[in-house]
Amino acid sequence: MQLDSKIPEGPIQDKWDKHRFDMKLVNPANKRKHTVIVVGSGLAGASAAATMGELGYEVKCFCFQDSPRRAHSIAAQGGINAAKNYQNDGDSIYRLFYDTVKGGDFRSREANVYRLAQVSVEIIDQCAAQGVPFAREYGGQLGNRSFGGAQVSRTFYARGQTGQQLLLGAYQALAKQIGEGKVEMFTRTEMLDLVLVDGQAKGVVVRNLVTGDVTSHSADAVVLATGGYSNVFYLSTNAKGCNVTAAWRAHRRGALMANPCYTQIHPTCIPQSGDYQSKLTLMSESLRNDGRIWVPQEPGDSRVAGSIPETERDYYLERIYPSFGNLAPRDVSSRRAKEAVDMGKGVGPQANGVYLDFKDAIGRLGQDTIAERYGNLFDMYQQITGENPYQVPMRIYPAPHYTMGGLWVDYNLESTIPGLFVVGEANFSDHGANRLGASALMQGLADGYFVLPYTIGNYLATQKDGAPSADSSEFKEVEREVNEKTQKLLNVDGKRTAEWFHRELGKIVWDKCGMARNEAGLNQALEEIRNLRGEFWKDVRVPGSGKDFNQTLEHAGRVADFLEFAELMCEDALQRDESCGGHFREEHQVDGEAKRNDEDFAYVAAWEFKGVGEKPELHKENLEFENVHLAVRSYK
Amino acid sequence: MKITLQVWRQANANDEGRFETYHQGGVNEEMSFLEMLDVLNESLINEGKEPVAFESDCREGICGACGMVISGSPHGPKKAITTCQLHMRSFSDGEEIWLEPWRAKAFPVVKDLVVDRSSLDRIVESGGFISVRTGSAPDANAIAVPKSNADRAFDAAACIGCGACVAACPNASAMLFTSAKVAHLGLLPQGQPERFSRAVSMVATMDQQGFGYCTNHGACQTACPKEISIDLIAMLNRDLAIGALSGA
Ligand SMILES: Cc1cc2nc3c(=O)[nH]c(=O)nc-3n(C[C@H](O)[C@H](O)[C@H](O)COP(=O)(O)OP(=O)(O)OC[C@H]3O[C@@H](n4cnc5c(N)ncnc54)[C@H](O)[C@@H]3O)c2cc1C
Ligand code: SF4
Ligand code: FES
Repeated sequence: MQLDSKIPEGPIQDKWDKHRFDMKLVNPANKRKHTVIVVGSGLAGASAAATMGELGYEVKCFCFQDSPRRAHSIAAQGGINAAKNYQNDGDSIYRLFYDTVKGGDFRSREANVYRLAQVSVEIIDQCAAQGVPFAREYGGQLGNRSFGGAQVSRTFYARGQTGQQLLLGAYQALAKQIGEGKVEMFTRTEMLDLVLVDGQAKGVVVRNLVTGDVTSHSADAVVLATGGYSNVFYLSTNAKGCNVTAAWRAHRRGALMANPCYTQIHPTCIPQSGDYQSKLTLMSESLRNDGRIWVPQEPGDSRVAGSIPETERDYYLERIYPSFGNLAPRDVSSRRAKEAVDMGKGVGPQANGVYLDFKDAIGRLGQDTIAERYGNLFDMYQQITGENPYQVPMRIYPAPHYTMGGLWVDYNLESTIPGLFVVGEANFSDHGANRLGASALMQGLADGYFVLPYTIGNYLATQKDGAPSADSSEFKEVEREVNEKTQKLLNVDGKRTAEWFHRELGKIVWDKCGMARNEAGLNQALEEIRNLRGEFWKDVRVPGSGKDFNQTLEHAGRVADFLEFAELMCEDALQRDESCGGHFREEHQVDGEAKRNDEDFAYVAAWEFKGVGEKPELHKENLEFENVHLAVRSYK
Repeated sequence: MKITLQVWRQANANDEGRFETYHQGGVNEEMSFLEMLDVLNESLINEGKEPVAFESDCREGICGACGMVISGSPHGPKKAITTCQLHMRSFSDGEEIWLEPWRAKAFPVVKDLVVDRSSLDRIVESGGFISVRTGSAPDANAIAVPKSNADRAFDAAACIGCGACVAACPNASAMLFTSAKVAHLGLLPQGQPERFSRAVSMVATMDQQGFGYCTNHGACQTACPKEISIDLIAMLNRDLAIGALSGA
């Protein structure tokens, strides 16, 4: 298989304009003859479905929640980047492009990133016009903040609920199209497989989660906007329902999966409190603007924070990174926290956190100012831990948060299966080996509002025959396979819950393919995952039937796919014998910092499925850096 | 700690439903309320029984998926939080806790504690938006919005669509939910062109979907995890009156 990224010719600033002109258009009268399936209603899916409905296509949109408004995007807190330069502080499209390529540790595709920075500007216009209540200054103009260590203020935000407000904007645009009959919405409906006809993506098989009915839907093209796979770790900041099923099923049908080992561990989450823990809660990164991170200098120091004198504290980020201090990038801060806890300096009842201390900030600015800035976060922290962060320092620890890897797509966001497009966190496209704060929302909306609706037209213009019948043998065969898998899950009737298997899997990958990885550990993880998968199919217990609302069955199906996917993630981590961004191979470091190897690894690793338990085949897309000079990413 | 749970079990919309009693030991104060139910469900599965169906997704109070009536109060005894944000430290050892689904004509039960709230989506589909074609928007700073209006619009936009207001209301009205959207959009200059027709059409859909009328009880405001104020209902009524008069 030859990977063709289809990057348009010409200078980087002109590529997208030129491409938009070169692409074929679908005649307005013909648009309603084309059906497009969109799986997912998060920022990427809702914006894509709404825009394509508005353009006149027949759109069918699916989500597993009871309403499209509940997609996981709703939980994003901090903000969305855009190169508006409203603060007149020297931002530009080029600077946002540059920061994103550098932040991604030179493992992303320049042309895609440049386009992302270009359309970022339009996103803010669109959202403001929809009524998204962004933060404003007293003069009525939009406010910005600096986020995630950026040296310009380019982040737009709506208090600590930016994802919610952006998603409600997209959801409302989608609702309008649903009300007008241009988009048909299927809630509580899970895509369980992709259907190919003559090698092209032409539909999906879904299960109605209330009735258990398994049915097919056909279309001219299929778009996956199904989000990321952080829940492979069991404990993550993602919503409980987030999963890899849709992407994994597409992968099994021939779509290559790119860079699955690139996962982002967010440094500021509330540490685990016990074995029953069901998820981890993110504390917005913005807290690092005023909080100071420290641990006791001596391992095993069990004194309460207030009794540890200044001279016996280690403000390790300020010490190691004097210029960035507490604002060092996510991957770097996370690794340093792990290091401190591994050395026995962890704090809290389980010695599994580090302090994020606001004492100095409260002393300098007053409690009211801190409350104004972070009041809702402080309340949330207190609600969860029972501790008052105005009086004692917060405890934080890194947690899986975002996945840069995903289905491989070309410049048109089309996967290696013709007619299958992938948008949002589900694709691998823009963030390389590490994503910058406030860039996921930007990418989801860029893909959905401004890129896909153009590029999919170029494909649809070639599809003259219309969607195939959903009664054809290709669909019936996939339906049969889906029913068979459901039955198989119910038939095992073993002794352990799917939840138990999910937790066990989480522990394996968190230990051996989490913040730090090494060859021996990864090999061991591969073996443990295979064994666990074997055990799952012998010993899982799924009560109830497939003919009604059965949440345990839903979860078991997702765990089954995670058990296959996890193996590929570790395989990819093993193959990438360098450190870059969120992928830290212990064998490759200088003074504890990631050591990239551009000579041998400046490529995208795209994997082809060869069967469960079979070695997947690696394909490489070489990355060319013509605009941003390859350099060591230093934050010292 | 130990607690006794009286849980509403109902196989589907046609089933009559009944309370079942579970004695739950090994509860830890640090657990969230839903984690306590996870533990119950694990043990039910291990005993070969069907787990209790309840909804949740984000588990941090923002998606609006979770929600049940806990000993008579939607989202439980604490103010301004969702069910998923409730922790066991808010209960005492030996307490008996009653769990029921949202009860409203417009929210048929799907199973146990899960209800169908798609009627709320129908209300939004009939007008809860600003019509703006993708790509046709002016520069975001071309429309200045006074900060106080933006802040008030935000307060209204914070609604998570959980339906607790409906469950709390003796008439099972969705006025608080509807007014939150009408106020959010109506407070912004971008929302003016459709302001009155939006109010008329969303309220008409609310009626069609089987929600009741508002008789100013205020129970909705007390139950709302996002502290949406009933003052917004007054705003909605004003827009509705203007809309009706002008034939919007
Ligand atoms: C706590 C938190 C805070 C964050 N804060 C920020 C931030 O401040 N700034 C930022 O830029 N990014 C942030 N992120 C990241 C960002 O929120 C996500 O990357 C982004 O929202 C993903 O959007 P999406 O549309 O790709 O997918 P999602 O929003 O995850 O949507 C996935 C959709 O797919 C559907 N789906 C999935 N599988 C199936 C299936 N098999 N069948 C049917 N439907 C399916 C779901 O129902 C859902 O509708 C944050 C993430 C988290 C976890
Ligand atoms: S108004 Fe409050 S209670 Fe009602 S749906 Fe919105 S958030 Fe829930
Ligand atoms: S689970 Fe999302 S609000 Fe409770």
